[in-house]
Amino acid sequence: MEQLRSINELIDGKKADLGNAIQYIVIRLGEEQFGIDIRFIDNIVRMQRMTRVPKVPEYLKGVINLRGEVIPVMSIRLKMGLEVDEITKATRIIILKQEEGNMGIIVDEVKEVVTLSMDDVEKMTGSGKKGKGNFISGVGKHGSELISLLDLSTITLEDNE
Amino acid sequence: MDVSQYLEIFLDETKEHLQNLNTQILNLESDPENENTINEIFRAAHSLKGMAGTMGYERMKTLTHDMENVFSEVRNGKLKVQPEMIDVLFQCLDALEEYTQNIQNSADEGTNDNQPIIDRLNEILNGGMKAAPAAPAAAPAKEASVAPAGEEKWNDISLEESQVRVIHEAMKMGKKVYGINVVVQDSCILKAARAFLVFKAIEEKGEIIVSSPSAQDVEDERFDKDFTLVVVTDNSLADVIKAAENVSEIAKVTGDNLVLEKNKNYAAIEANLKAYEAVTEKQSKAVAVADDKGTKAAAKTPEKKQTPGKPVVNRTVRVDIEKLDVLMNLVSELIIAKNSLVSASSLEGTTSGGVNEHIEYLESVTTNLHESVMKVRMVPIESVVNKFPRMIRDLSKTLNKKMELYMTGEETELDRTVVDEIGDPLMHLLRNSADHGLESAEVRAQRGKPEVGSIFLDAYQDGNNVVIEVRDDGNGIDTEAVKNKAIERGVITPEQAENMTDKEIVDLLFLPSFSTAKKVTDVSGRGVGLDVVKSKIESLSGEVEVKTKLGEGSTWIIRLPLTLAIIQSLMVVVGGEKYAISLGSIQTIEDIAPSEIKLVQNEEVINLRGTVLPLIRLSEVLDVESAKSPEDNLVVVIVKKGDKMAGLVIDELIGQQEIVIKSLGKYIKQTKFISGATILGDGEVALILDANALM
Repeated sequence: MEQLRSINELIDGKKADLGNAIQYIVIRLGEEQFGIDIRFIDNIVRMQRMTRVPKVPEYLKGVINLRGEVIPVMSIRLKMGLEVDEITKATRIIILKQEEGNMGIIVDEVKEVVTLSMDDVEKMTGSGKKGKGNFISGVGKHGSELISLLDLSTITLEDNE
Repeated sequence: MDVSQYLEIFLDETKEHLQNLNTQILNLESDPENENTINEIFRAAHSLKGMAGTMGYERMKTLTHDMENVFSEVRNGKLKVQPEMIDVLFQCLDALEEYTQNIQNSADEGTNDNQPIIDRLNEILNGGMKAAPAAPAAAPAKEASVAPAGEEKWNDISLEESQVRVIHEAMKMGKKVYGINVVVQDSCILKAARAFLVFKAIEEKGEIIVSSPSAQDVEDERFDKDFTLVVVTDNSLADVIKAAENVSEIAKVTGDNLVLEKNKNYAAIEANLKAYEAVTEKQSKAVAVADDKGTKAAAKTPEKKQTPGKPVVNRTVRVDIEKLDVLMNLVSELIIAKNSLVSASSLEGTTSGGVNEHIEYLESVTTNLHESVMKVRMVPIESVVNKFPRMIRDLSKTLNKKMELYMTGEETELDRTVVDEIGDPLMHLLRNSADHGLESAEVRAQRGKPEVGSIFLDAYQDGNNVVIEVRDDGNGIDTEAVKNKAIERGVITPEQAENMTDKEIVDLLFLPSFSTAKKVTDVSGRGVGLDVVKSKIESLSGEVEVKTKLGEGSTWIIRLPLTLAIIQSLMVVVGGEKYAISLGSIQTIEDIAPSEIKLVQNEEVINLRGTVLPLIRLSEVLDVESAKSPEDNLVVVIVKKGDKMAGLVIDELIGQQEIVIKSLGKYIKQTKFISGATILGDGEVALILDANALM
């Protein structure tokens, strides 16, 4: 909880000038760690009751009420083709700011905030086949750990199945 | 001067004036003698000119100025209204509209001088001037050059019949009439401003009957050094002269009693006047009993008609629509907060009797507040439909068909956002009626219909909806022709066509790129139209249907919701999930035993008091398990759309609730039957079902 609050505070004060470095929030999905550019994050909230919307793709889990706004929430696991989410105490919804409006994504855990300079990031292009590779824009090195950086534009893109 | 900040106001007002001009000129066409109309047009043209001048739009100003000149002549009775003149005036309005459009798009009026129109206006003006004895516009130029310093210049002033009458009346009533000449100092820079002050000072003492140059020319600084006035007053000559002299930078004020016989064009008027006098005598005898000379004099003063003719202006404030949106959102928040209070207090149980009272009070306040805010956003559809008579007039000319538009219910109000969007669809339907609907004169004669075709536009409120009908007494829709066309285009197969009802065939017209016009005209028949109409209306949560009878005419019915943001709804439970259904479409709620369900063509139907209507099981539509067992009685919500009805099967009723409609956002490609979401008192989100789309 403490950690969550400090991250939210950080999001509020994210104007901090870091040169060519970008701050990422590190999240966990299963065993893998992913980074999300902090500039695209509006908020992180706890898992809450969702209202199901009928006749939509499976990965759209429903809508939540966030301070009077109705926000759609999607399962990033289902979108990436991973197994169904397992809701635990650590599960969070990350509210992303997008041009078309805010959208929530469900993650297993929010771990920490890291600052990566551009030198630590290795760019990656989609592998072409459907899978989680398509959703990653690059890999960042943080100490000994590797963090896959999520490409938010492809995540929020609609499936054309 | 930076005027950009006024641009919005300028555009708004210009559009208003143009609309007003359109309406009034149309009136003038049918009633060319109506003085009120002429005055109204003159005023609107004059305001337009002033506004365009202030904003620095010279071309627009020139055009309106010439228009105003024509009207000034018409107003003075020197020019008669003729059909060609009306045509030119309409061209003017179109040109002005073009300027306005350009200004709206680029803050620049564009480079079109519209010289041909201006030339035509001047032709009209000159044609009229020749006939008239002396034009005031020409007079000042002559005077300035001929008379050196105003010695009894008032005797040169060109009086008009009406003005002479006024002078006569005034003299009869024992008032004094003076001729006044005012000379402005050579060094004076703001001549017009000084003159204005003189006018004002003299008007405090009496009434200015005539001025030469005209008051307008003086105001626009179109005079040399002096101007001449004829004043009717109770005060002495010295008083009036002193009042004028008190204005600074005035060189000399001279004046004397006005002797009409000395006036140069008095003789010409005299003859007419004699005849008039005779009539007045008779009238004054008749009125003598009432002995109300004052009112009579006023009524006999044509110049004064301006005042009674002025329309009563609504006291309004222009408010940015965004500010209203903010207000609306706040009201929404308040309603949500109220709903939370209600649900919290019902959880608390019986201990809070006092709280309930307060909540009821809060509820009535929020409901009233909501209604008032909604009302602020409501505007009469008048602003949109106003332009249609003009359009039909033009269509009548281009199509060479005689037709008349009858409108009712222009005062019907709709949400501003809806009103802004409704214009184009209505225009399409009217054009459609004029072009395809109404037959040619020969066919009409054969069918024994009146030569002039009628198109009706009726608007009225029907429950929570506003209905707009476009009706014509033309040919109606030829379903056979539509069917053949559809087969020809491959939209349907001949076999399909066999089984289609007339209504289904008519609905084909709403498909994209479907036009049955035999020839493509300028007016319609390009295949864009009805599908655009339909999608536009649907984007406003409305619907459109058509009723037609071959040979007798068609009626297009547009149904629009009154409000968009907050609605009364019925909360229901289906498979453990809460849904809201708009109360507007709900007819009744029925308790139906499973044995009453019959199967017709493998569809479940019930017979409700003689009406057979289909059952829609919401649990199936929404992909949830119904919580009820098949043997239980069904709770059925009967909904109505136009003349269609259906029964929605739900699990449980919660009750009526005022809900705030929220969008589901762009990520969720909205399923057709879900029109949005709302936030309940406990913070939970419930989806809103669109009963119309379910049917």
